[in-house]
Amino acid sequence: MQKYNKLIFEVSKEGRTAYSLPKCDVDEAALDQMIPKEFINEEELDLPEVSEVDVVRHFTLLSNKNYGVDTGFYPLGSCTMKYNPKINEDVAALGGFAGIHPYQPQETAQGALQLMYELDKMLAEISGMERVSLQPAAGSHGELAGLMIIKAYHDDRKDYKRTKIIVPDSAHGTNPATVAVANFDMVEVKSDQNGAVDLNSLKEVLSDEIAGLMLTNPSTLGLFEENIKEIADLVHEAGGLLYYDGANMNAILGKSRPGDMGFDVMHFNLHKTFSTPHGGGGPGSGPVGVRSDLVKFLPVPVIEKKEDQYVLDYDRPDSIGKIKAFYGHFGVMVRAYAYILTMGKTGLTEVSEKAVLNANYIMNKLKKHYHLPIDQVCKHEFVLGGLAKSTLEVSTLDVAKRLLDYGYHPPSIYFPLIVEQAIMVEPTETENLQTIDGFIEVMIQIAKEADENPQILKNAPYDTPVRRIDEVKAARNPILKWKRSE
Amino acid sequence: MHRYIPNTEADVKLMLESMGAKSIEDLFQDIPKELRLNRELNLGESLSEMELAKHMKDLSGKNKSLDDLVCFLGAGAYDHYIPSIVKHLAFRSEFYTAYTPYQPEISQGTLQVIFEYQTMMCSLTGMEATNASMYDGATACAEAATMAVENTKRKSIIVSKTVHPEVRKVLKSYMKLRKVEVIEADMAEGVTDIDHLKTLVGKNTAAVIIQNPNFFGIIEDLSSVEKITHENKGLFINYVDPISLGILKTPGELGADIVVGEGQSLGNHLNYGGPYLGFLATTSKLLRKMPGRIAGQSEDVDGNRAFVLTLQAREQHIRRYRASSNICSNQGLNAVMATIYLITMGKKGLREVAKQSIQKSHYAMQQITKSSSFKPLFNKPFFKEFAVTSEADSSKVNQELLKQGILGGYELGKDYPEMKNGLLLCVTEKRTKEEIDKLAQVMEVI
Repeated sequence: MQKYNKLIFEVSKEGRTAYSLPKCDVDEAALDQMIPKEFINEEELDLPEVSEVDVVRHFTLLSNKNYGVDTGFYPLGSCTMKYNPKINEDVAALGGFAGIHPYQPQETAQGALQLMYELDKMLAEISGMERVSLQPAAGSHGELAGLMIIKAYHDDRKDYKRTKIIVPDSAHGTNPATVAVANFDMVEVKSDQNGAVDLNSLKEVLSDEIAGLMLTNPSTLGLFEENIKEIADLVHEAGGLLYYDGANMNAILGKSRPGDMGFDVMHFNLHKTFSTPHGGGGPGSGPVGVRSDLVKFLPVPVIEKKEDQYVLDYDRPDSIGKIKAFYGHFGVMVRAYAYILTMGKTGLTEVSEKAVLNANYIMNKLKKHYHLPIDQVCKHEFVLGGLAKSTLEVSTLDVAKRLLDYGYHPPSIYFPLIVEQAIMVEPTETENLQTIDGFIEVMIQIAKEADENPQILKNAPYDTPVRRIDEVKAARNPILKWKRSE
Repeated sequence: MHRYIPNTEADVKLMLESMGAKSIEDLFQDIPKELRLNRELNLGESLSEMELAKHMKDLSGKNKSLDDLVCFLGAGAYDHYIPSIVKHLAFRSEFYTAYTPYQPEISQGTLQVIFEYQTMMCSLTGMEATNASMYDGATACAEAATMAVENTKRKSIIVSKTVHPEVRKVLKSYMKLRKVEVIEADMAEGVTDIDHLKTLVGKNTAAVIIQNPNFFGIIEDLSSVEKITHENKGLFINYVDPISLGILKTPGELGADIVVGEGQSLGNHLNYGGPYLGFLATTSKLLRKMPGRIAGQSEDVDGNRAFVLTLQAREQHIRRYRASSNICSNQGLNAVMATIYLITMGKKGLREVAKQSIQKSHYAMQQITKSSSFKPLFNKPFFKEFAVTSEADSSKVNQELLKQGILGGYELGKDYPEMKNGLLLCVTEKRTKEEIDKLAQVMEVI
């Protein structure tokens, strides 16, 4: 079944249909009486002609060529591929949530507004922030909103010379890209040998031109930034603000809060920490939270409670404005809200405890077979530096491809950039010991194969719907859509 | 023990022993004491599935949904019919529980769907390339403007006042960051005022943005805008409703350089405003300036056709500080739904949806303006939305309609003060003659 290799355009046959519509029941007028001829496309649409069964088979067979969390273990570092609860899909699909129009009168959407208001409060409690705007569409969008808020803060104080944002060299590429999009200059700060922010390097770059520092904690190496208080003090003394990238929040729920660490602005990734499905690349949701004096800068609208009514408040003169149509990814919020209620206060803490336990367990079992650059307690994830017996022949990419044959999704690879041959493992809390042991066994087996017969790894995978793909060819001669063969 | 967290106390004990730790607490010693939250989170107790289901049902019951109301509201979010198979197929968990297809060997499902999406969006828009989708129509428009600024090295964007107000607001928030000015071209009789536009377009103009059909549902005459824009070497950006492309000339044919829009109406529920999907299509010439993910065709070592994410050198995770967009994700699942929708409707179905929307909206306009109480705001050809006005306060009209189980129009006075009692109504293929007649009757007596 996995060898199915047809595009829907190749299934298409003239005259077939998969749709049905009722007959038009109003008095029909001639089209050109309503719309001038020069606006009409006289040609037939170039879309497929297939039956309903064709569509169902096509997508079912395509889904067989995909691997999701429901298929198996997905230890993709920094992505938090935890189980996506099914009940959350059911509740998000309720007519009262999925079938409401963004512009319908607010008094007819009180349930939706209440949900958003309460989710804002729950995320604020979890993070130690004052308020949270649910508008950003994804983590990267939350970062952009966050930097816009930092800019608005300095502008509000007429402190116009603050044009620089500090980003550690271990950061994900999105952080520097957001700095660029928000039109700040970027200053990179080096990591020390433990992957933490190097305090001396930080002191060197701090000045009255610094608008802020972007950081994730635990760091991208999965290690808690122990000097965070000192870092926060240094940045604050220099007049800058601290931005928290919430990518790694799964490690600290109920244990420690960004607000208490000294962060002023942050984003959450509801699709990571709060279990909403990644959807094969989206939709995500990246709410942005702020400390109390920054609330006035949040994007409009903010949801407020006036007497017993929830309302959308647009009357916020200091706001950074509108960053997205409507109010954000409401459907994703419903799932995250349901997740938080399901876990409750003790459940969320247990999430982080078990996520951290699972990561440390795997790290300890693998460190004899793979290079572990920093051997200390990790948080929810850890980073290996390729095989312990480094051979020039076998790369991290080969290890990842070989894992596919054994039925596992590989960890994140070649990230962070500060570790060579990086393999970033994040098991999450939703995996059981048998699954984890199975993965460890296979990782050790692969290390053995690399030693004894590297060619097995070089040619992997063998047992996947397609084998290693020529990516250079795809980029050199881009074929980005199907063309009918002549 | 929580049902989503499988490891038992016995498992925990075993695991801790294997690493020489005494308790889970040992694993959190690296967090300085003063930064520890030494209390429980101020949240509720864990809910069972039954309790959760009931709570959510109650909460959703506080909303009036399209199950309760007949919808004549559009303004950028549309109640088109969604065939049943869209949910059955898109919600196969192999699709929705997968991450971004960074391991293409086990992500061919996602990648091929994107490739099919790209093929159909190119064909609908008449453009040569498109990405795998973006957050929504408004942000896609802002990204298109950024593309134009980067490509022309000019610092001014001209946008018609007939473009959706929220799209213009988002555009301004984004452009402000780059210190790019956004100038609004006036409107005349519900369409872009060409004479005013002419006075605005010049050597600084990176792009001119026109929505078509515009915010009022009116089909704009794009030929003169295209000419003015290109004579001044600016880029012509079209913001379109994909359903309208079932019947209207493609933006490609009309000379657009970048086509963007909101794809919600392609098989996605209203969801109180999101998640939806923005689309962005362009010419081969501008392909490498286009932000967002793209899937491309290649082959594997055995020579089988295979798909991968390609041209990644454009993207933020590679370009880092040199990036012109920071977008990482696409609206993967929403794009899957749009793809299934387009395939299901197919060559004839999409055209039929567009045709019925035209027939029914024109019938509705006729019925509503039959009596003297409502009259059309504009006398221009329209697609599925039209604006009317009356002596009555538009919010009062909507309140009356709501009492009758009808979700009325968008109150134009909020964004266009000169249209104080204006109502923008939308009629899709879903509305029946009976529903339209009732709407007209209720409106007549207000």
